[in-house]
Amino acid sequence: MNGVHDMGGMDGFGKVEPEPNEPMFHADWEARVLAMVRAMGAAGAFNIDTSRYYRETLPPAIYLASSYYKKWFLGLENMLVDKGLVAEADIAAGRAVQPAKPLKRGKFAVSDVERVMVRGKFGREASAPAKFKPGDKVRAKNIHPATHTRLPRYARGHVGVIERDHGCQVFPDTAAMELGENPQWLYTVVFDGTQLWGADADPTVKVSIDAFEPYLEPA
Amino acid sequence: MTSHDHDHDHSELSETELRVRALETILTEKGYVEPGALDAIIQAYETNIGPHNGARVVARAWINPAFRQALLDDATNAVATLGHVSRTGDHLVAVENTSNRHNMVVCTLCSCYPWELLGLPPVWYKAAPYRSRAVKDPRGVLADFGVTLPKEAEIRVWDSTAEMRFLVLPMRPKGTEGFSEEQLAELVTRDSMIGTGFPRTPGAPS
Repeated sequence: MNGVHDMGGMDGFGKVEPEPNEPMFHADWEARVLAMVRAMGAAGAFNIDTSRYYRETLPPAIYLASSYYKKWFLGLENMLVDKGLVAEADIAAGRAVQPAKPLKRGKFAVSDVERVMVRGKFGREASAPAKFKPGDKVRAKNIHPATHTRLPRYARGHVGVIERDHGCQVFPDTAAMELGENPQWLYTVVFDGTQLWGADADPTVKVSIDAFEPYLEPA
Repeated sequence: MTSHDHDHDHSELSETELRVRALETILTEKGYVEPGALDAIIQAYETNIGPHNGARVVARAWINPAFRQALLDDATNAVATLGHVSRTGDHLVAVENTSNRHNMVVCTLCSCYPWELLGLPPVWYKAAPYRSRAVKDPRGVLADFGVTLPKEAEIRVWDSTAEMRFLVLPMRPKGTEGFSEEQLAELVTRDSMIGTGFPRTPGAPS
């Protein structure tokens, strides 16, 4: 979706402001939110792509005005309600007043913690040969899916070169919508800065994205 | 700021805290999460991950050419051979800075970051200024960090748009001949592994 989360190339957000000696969390509740998202994801309530999609679908004004973990919290709450795992009545009461629903992988236990600290594996068997190889010129398609996609707007319609082949991986566009993993070939595609940002752009800049095969066409 | 604004800010913060606490109560009461499991996750984040892991990887690459090559060829497997670094999972790519090429990592769409090697990302990495400008004006972003590159150096920005995670292998600082791996690791900053900074130079104030 063409949401405000797709920020690459936007102007007006001001300077980057690094915080010296930044703490891991700025409030205790941020840590609780992180832990709830990790636990409920590991319990099978949602996949990582769905959780990203729920943050992207927050109203733009709320997305921009909310801190990072506030977005995580709002996305989590919406997702659990939509899946029927938490009822509006539970939230209104501040405690469980409706019965629980079964989780795909069951209750998240202390013994599951080690598992969530290792990144998931997204590589999958290929069902078809790769269409592109390193060195091929490709164009990022001019597509505007209304739902989740990982093709940033700034790359669409532009010509780049395949630099790396990462094998077949879970396709976020379908996984986020719970339409299956639908594995697709994934490539690093590199673009000249002047291709993306015009003739006046810094000629020393190159930008790459990781693009799934359905995002690309020969150029 | 008027006292009214102050009260307003304060009550908004409290509202978020209350809502977070309520959701945790609900998840626990419904039996979705075992009591103590969330504390264990937070504790694991606070102790197992952080830039010290990435710094070990960089220092090893500086000192051991075979490891450096293995890291650039297949970072996931190379890091897995370092027993003292916590498990990283798949899909890691290391990209090397040279005198004429500087790498910088961003996630314009959300906040993708090599957590296991660098810890949780800092706020600026997840915020709009960095995400919006890194791909269009990387030299301007580097200036915000006080970093200047030679005019002719290529800047390569890696936008983490899928599940691949990128670790910048910075250049080894001058004046570190004879340094041990542990001494070198002390010089490797988090930002130098994102590409928004350089490693510390020996003797310079940190």
